[in-house]
Amino acid sequence: MSSLTAAGPAKAKGQGVKRSDLLPYLGSKLAAALVSFMVTLVIGFVIFSLMPADPVRTLTRGRPTSEAQLVQVRLQLGLDDPIWQRFLTFVGNTLKGELGYSWQFQQSVSSLVLDRLGPTLLLMGTAAAVSIALGLWLGIRSGWRHGSLFDRIASSSSLMLWSVPTFWLGMILLIAFSVGLGPIPSLLPAGGMSDPSLPQEGWAHIVDVAKHLVLPCLTMVLVVFAQYVTVMRSSIIDEMGSPYLLTARAKGLTDDAVRRRHAVPNALLPSVTMIFMHLGILVSGAITVESVYSWPGLGYLTYEALRIPDLPLLQGTFIVFSASVIIMNLLADVVYRFLDPRVRAQ
Amino acid sequence: MTAATDAPAGLDVPRHHAFSRFCRAFAKRPAGLAGLGLLVAFGVLALAAPLFIGDDQLNVIKVDGPQLSPPVDGYPLGTDQAGRSVLLLVIWGARESLSIGLIATALTVVLGSAVGLLAGHYQGWIGKILMHVTDWFIALPSLPLAISLSAVLGQGAASITIAIAVTSWTATARLVRAQTLSVEARPFIERAKVLGAGNTQIMIRHVLPNVMPLILVSSTLTVASAILSEATLTFLGLGDPTSVTWGSMLQAAFLGGAVTAGAWWYLMPPGIAILIVVLGFTLVGRAVEHVLNPRMVGR
Repeated sequence: MSSLTAAGPAKAKGQGVKRSDLLPYLGSKLAAALVSFMVTLVIGFVIFSLMPADPVRTLTRGRPTSEAQLVQVRLQLGLDDPIWQRFLTFVGNTLKGELGYSWQFQQSVSSLVLDRLGPTLLLMGTAAAVSIALGLWLGIRSGWRHGSLFDRIASSSSLMLWSVPTFWLGMILLIAFSVGLGPIPSLLPAGGMSDPSLPQEGWAHIVDVAKHLVLPCLTMVLVVFAQYVTVMRSSIIDEMGSPYLLTARAKGLTDDAVRRRHAVPNALLPSVTMIFMHLGILVSGAITVESVYSWPGLGYLTYEALRIPDLPLLQGTFIVFSASVIIMNLLADVVYRFLDPRVRAQ
Repeated sequence: MTAATDAPAGLDVPRHHAFSRFCRAFAKRPAGLAGLGLLVAFGVLALAAPLFIGDDQLNVIKVDGPQLSPPVDGYPLGTDQAGRSVLLLVIWGARESLSIGLIATALTVVLGSAVGLLAGHYQGWIGKILMHVTDWFIALPSLPLAISLSAVLGQGAASITIAIAVTSWTATARLVRAQTLSVEARPFIERAKVLGAGNTQIMIRHVLPNVMPLILVSSTLTVASAILSEATLTFLGLGDPTSVTWGSMLQAAFLGGAVTAGAWWYLMPPGIAILIVVLGFTLVGRAVEHVLNPRMVGR
């Protein structure tokens, strides 16, 4: 969130920043992240606790219940307490890691979330690594020679891929590579994370999971990397006119060395910030991709919660997703400080 | 005292001149023209759809085509599980998909511009609070928020529209605030203040007309992402189950097993339609941006 605004004052102070400023800097960032998290909780509380008309009705939908039972449930859920008290209970429970009780799984939301965290981290991590590497590389190449054939192909294909709905691309890839289309045989598994008929441990399991990972990961990479190409390309173009590049060329460095040693490190700074700021895109990608491929992660859990709709579970995934994005933004602020020599101590 | 006569030096040409100059500059951008052409084609098709598509071609009970059939005579793009023509469904779907996209954009732009204008004009505590709120919303991942909102509001086009607006107004707000700050620093605002213009008059009569072009550019790009969001939310099951949109076609295809059946003819058309419309809006938006912003030349 505040990575860009944070860079402002720090830059304004320029070379005068000292190492001893690190702690107050971290402190203020941490405080801002905590405030963001509290705001997320407020929004979550408003959406899930205040907006639904009558949670008890939804809960007991389709079941014959007497008036006395309804009153009992209301009492159990604390629905008749004043709003501020309900909010404090909600915040207290969330901080303790108690995210409520899922209606459809009859299990606590936190345990469900913990179960599904691993697969999501695996998918998002792999997809992020591949798409950042690919996006930055393409962005550097096409920005450095902007207007060239390579640039035009890279830019227009990333524009095309950006315009495609993630879940649609996922289904098309499923048909092409998993179901098999015409001459293409079925190459990869269609969904899930592993084949239940195979042993769930050892080398065979790793290969099996990797096979299941290919298509979801490919789908996410194809949709996400375009963003990184655009960001990296334009920040390279921004650096192109800088005098220090002229100096580097005047020293007789090769074009390649000028690009790699001088232009890229500087152009990377804004890109790193943007990448962290756009992590929400990865989260959205995870939800749709996991839904299409039944990948047993948090995104698929959200999809399962939606179909009921299972509000406590939905609330849990909302809080976890938001918290992870806030943490990543905090991380971006810290990383930025270490990356940018203008912010770092001399 | 109209806004036009208050405009700073250099902009004192009559408005329609500026507009025709803009059109000429836009006409020199082939990508923008292509995008505009695609959009006009889709718009006309969507508006004219009721002329050649009737209830008996869309109602699952009344149709008599082959079920989930690949393209054959009379059904150039094949049929869905109920035997409806995919071609007609895609054309019909354009109506709702486009209108949700446009309405959501209008809401987004109004909300974002209002927050941006207020935050830029009242630079005291009001502006600070508004910008903090904007930052908080930017930090929230948009899809989980949109999903949560529309799940609570219930299925339907209205809740999807609201969810899209609530999750996408922040970009417009930031843009409008930055532009408002730069407009308010110009001398003609000071002149208006000296002449006794109130806060509302300055914002509406003087700042807004100058910020408007920028708002329009950003809104073309907003439509693109709103249409994508609409498709995504509908696909996840948050749309009105009875209406035909590109997102709901893909949802029906997915839940109905079109993927396992290898029914590519059912999946391709709605996705390509989304791709074309989103691409069209993006191309037009970028072309307008290039024309209005000379710094972008050569990009």
